[in-house]
Amino acid sequence: MKLARLSAAACAAASLLNAQSADAEIAKLKTAVAAAQSAGDNAWMLTSAALVLMMTGPGLALFYCGLVRKKNVLGTMMQSFIMMAVITLVWVAAGYSMVFGSGNPFVGGFEFAFLNGVGTAPNTDYAPTIPHLTFMVYQMMFAVISPALITGAFAERVKFNALLVYSVLWMFLVYFPVAHMIWGKGGFLNAYLGGSIPVFDFAGGIVVHVTTGISALVCALVIGPRKGYPSEPMMPHSLVLSFIGACLLWVGWFGFNAGSALAASGLAASAFVATHLGGAAGAVGWLVAEKLKIGRASALGGISGAVAGLATVTQGSGFVSPIIGAVYGLAGGLICFYVVTVIKHKFKYDDSLDAFGVHGIGGIIGATLTGVFATNTVNDALKLANGQPAPLGMVDGNTAQIGNQLAGAAIGVVIAVVGSYVALKVAGMVCGGLRLDPREETQGMDLAIHGEEGYNLEA
Amino acid sequence: MKKIEAIIQPFKLTEVKEALKDIGVDGMTVTEVRGHGRQKGHTEVYRGREYQVDLIPKVKLELVVAGDRSEAVIAAIVKSARTGKIGDGKIFVYDLGEAIRIRNDERGEAAL
Repeated sequence: MKLARLSAAACAAASLLNAQSADAEIAKLKTAVAAAQSAGDNAWMLTSAALVLMMTGPGLALFYCGLVRKKNVLGTMMQSFIMMAVITLVWVAAGYSMVFGSGNPFVGGFEFAFLNGVGTAPNTDYAPTIPHLTFMVYQMMFAVISPALITGAFAERVKFNALLVYSVLWMFLVYFPVAHMIWGKGGFLNAYLGGSIPVFDFAGGIVVHVTTGISALVCALVIGPRKGYPSEPMMPHSLVLSFIGACLLWVGWFGFNAGSALAASGLAASAFVATHLGGAAGAVGWLVAEKLKIGRASALGGISGAVAGLATVTQGSGFVSPIIGAVYGLAGGLICFYVVTVIKHKFKYDDSLDAFGVHGIGGIIGATLTGVFATNTVNDALKLANGQPAPLGMVDGNTAQIGNQLAGAAIGVVIAVVGSYVALKVAGMVCGGLRLDPREETQGMDLAIHGEEGYNLEA
Repeated sequence: MKKIEAIIQPFKLTEVKEALKDIGVDGMTVTEVRGHGRQKGHTEVYRGREYQVDLIPKVKLELVVAGDRSEAVIAAIVKSARTGKIGDGKIFVYDLGEAIRIRNDERGEAAL
């Protein structure tokens, strides 16, 4: 009897011990699983950040520099490259905080200025599985490429100092507010973190492409056409360079869109495929239109169409079924072709490298289509009060979303127009005019601005 | 001495070089040039904008030979460069005053 009691007590003690060690074991496993996921996500996000930087240099720099005349090849590359340096510094000083800091609905605060408080611990508001630094540097690359995209509108004719003043002001007046409104915590258009109008912009269809494309048009109109345009021939000096650049853009775009999942997840795979189909269908759309209208399918047409398709699919890449990426691409390829080859010549503005025709138009098409095709079967991050996934676009029965998307795009357009106009006027005042003087424009940016030549006969 | 300047179709360069080698010509200077004679140019279209290109890529050969060899050289070039279509190019022949080999100051035909 005594023995039985004793053994029962011993068993109870043993099971208590077991339970304690099991809890410890589970906690250990949880930590290990979280560390493994963080490692995977961080690896993909750092890779994505590098891919997006590659889009600016060499991608965009090559794409644009091949489209200008020989005498402007270095000046054009430099307009992209300088953003990798200058905008990087602006971003860490203030930009990151003004976008992702919690301020008011229109612009973020300064709590992260100079990377204050941005370390290896995740920022759980945005990306709970990767270091805050990774998130910051990934978003930096979007800020870097944006003003570089605009430079296509005023290629071959703008002073270097005026470009710099305009671009930095543009970041503060256009990019930081719009990015905060759509992606920042508490932003006016943020669908997830307390916005008033929910706008779905997965990878920057409005934040990057609408703002830069519209700003490009404002720049082309305010700065005016190149000397001699359109009577003098201004053929692309090397489509070989443009071709390499465009293909680098295409590859980099996987970082841009699939990286916007902020994790090495199934959603990243979905966005990756949608993006690729967008580029492919964009190239096909542009080439078919070109063959029918002009009679030939050209190399420049193919790469232009791919970039148009990629710009168009950006906004929806992580919200729509991958196969719908082809619909975005086709729409982008066909409509951008029409704008670039017909509308532009009708209205006679000199958007020299078609930054508006490709990015502005592509961005607006993408915003509209996302209102139609966004679906919670692909992206269920947005929840209803009862915990069920919220309906996203028209295909989920939320027809009102088309209006929300257009409202978001319209706000992006208005801010881009006003911000760009102000930035241009201030840059013009500070630098004594925006344009090179006519003698310098004739000589070319390479010699007149930088004192060097891209192709040196005597070397 | 004669200086022979031949402007030919770029894709004929290899054939012309071979033909000249066969008759023992061992010096020439070749330049990529652009120009046009009676051959019309062509249109190029970049993003819907048309450009009329009238200066067509050609290759210019320059060579200097002893006076009595010039007809053989001309015949070789004509035969090897001809397609029979507009755009085959032209040959210009000049009397040449002097030739000097820079290395040792040799003059005249000895310098060729």
